[in-house]
Amino acid sequence: MTTPSPSGDVAVEAHGLSRRYGRRWALADVSFQVGRGSILMITGRNGSGKSTLLRVLATAIRPDHGQARVLGHDVAAAREEVRRCVSLLSHYSYNYEPLSALDNLAIAARFLGRAHSRESLLGLLAEVALAERADDPVSTYSAGMRKRLSLARVLLQDAPLVMLDEPYAGLDPPGFRLVDGLLRRLAQRGSTVLMATHLLEHGASLCDQGIVLEGGRLTWSGPAAALRPSDLGGSGAATP
Amino acid sequence: MKWILVALRKDLLLQWRTRAHVVAILLFGATALLLFSFAVGPNSEALLQFAAGFLWLGLMLSSTLALAESFQTEMEERALEGLLLLPAPARAIYYGKAIGNWLQLTLLGVGLVPVMVVLYDAATWRLPELVGVLALGAAGLSAPGTLYAAMTAQTRARQTLLPLLLFPLVVPVLLSAVKATSLLILGDPMLQLRAWVGLLVAFDVIHWSLCGLLFERVVED
Repeated sequence: MTTPSPSGDVAVEAHGLSRRYGRRWALADVSFQVGRGSILMITGRNGSGKSTLLRVLATAIRPDHGQARVLGHDVAAAREEVRRCVSLLSHYSYNYEPLSALDNLAIAARFLGRAHSRESLLGLLAEVALAERADDPVSTYSAGMRKRLSLARVLLQDAPLVMLDEPYAGLDPPGFRLVDGLLRRLAQRGSTVLMATHLLEHGASLCDQGIVLEGGRLTWSGPAAALRPSDLGGSGAATP
Repeated sequence: MKWILVALRKDLLLQWRTRAHVVAILLFGATALLLFSFAVGPNSEALLQFAAGFLWLGLMLSSTLALAESFQTEMEERALEGLLLLPAPARAIYYGKAIGNWLQLTLLGVGLVPVMVVLYDAATWRLPELVGVLALGAAGLSAPGTLYAAMTAQTRARQTLLPLLLFPLVVPVLLSAVKATSLLILGDPMLQLRAWVGLLVAFDVIHWSLCGLLFERVVED
């Protein structure tokens, strides 16, 4: 179980969280806590349940068993409240392919009720090095550019809790630095970050705490710096 | 209401950026009308008699393409899930899309009218009433069509499932719309138009109310 921050304030707490797809349990009896302002690294092999955990906590999917509270709100009972304070960088870019990056950000800004202008959105896109392609349809973007656009959307949301699912996937070295910079910015601002990644050493250098999932179960938790590749273990099907 | 307008603006922008599809769907509808006219043959009396029915069949067949397409862009890269997580109200997303689809289907219907006039010699001077009936009929197709398109967009057999689910449900709308259109083309000596339009409005109210309530259950996990 991850220790809350010294303030004792808990941002995320999960108790016996389970989720299955068909007969396969993608998450099985996962319990942990994350303190406010912490950066938690979630790691594990492919199919270990990292994305499912983030999607349950972000209310994209419901848990089958167990409970989780995000910034004091229950992920099953108070979904809208959770969504107001969470931003999720998913495997999916959440963008409309026929529209431009500017159009996509403008749509998100309108739904967030944020005042925006072309200049302010271009400023966001400049932060992720996409300003030059701002008016091009997203369908013409590479995977890395889509990821950058998703990062711009995370910046736009400016949520107190940020969940990043494989934020480095598909990015070039400047993109890596972009994500690192984003994490540092979020940490300075006191935001809580949950980051699923396979990059153990890199993640450990940026995160305070870490948990390891294996076959849907939580098998290790502790300071991220203490995490070793051997802690990842093998893989196996989980039962709740 | 504000969120519905935000959602509608998004959908109109999407429709504008993918307008090539709309042209293709219009051509599909026109081709269907042409084929129906071949099926009837050169009997001008029969062509005129069936014109309203064929117009609505063409519109209904085209509508499945338009409705399925409207959710295709939502499912690519899970844009719809992204909106729900912002959080955008599911009901506003539904009504925005349903209104967008309604406008598109109404325009499609209006676009098919000249084709019907040319192929079936089915002219009418009551154009405002005809556009009104087309708008009401399109509303009866777009409300359940948007809901079912959302349901089937997540399945592999969406192209088959959407018409299978939609067509039985919109039979009363289709019957009312065909009858009202037919009365506008062939004349209304018994003054039945108002009754058929009333029935069409009633089905529209039911569909627009119920489908808006059900949409959240369809799109949320």
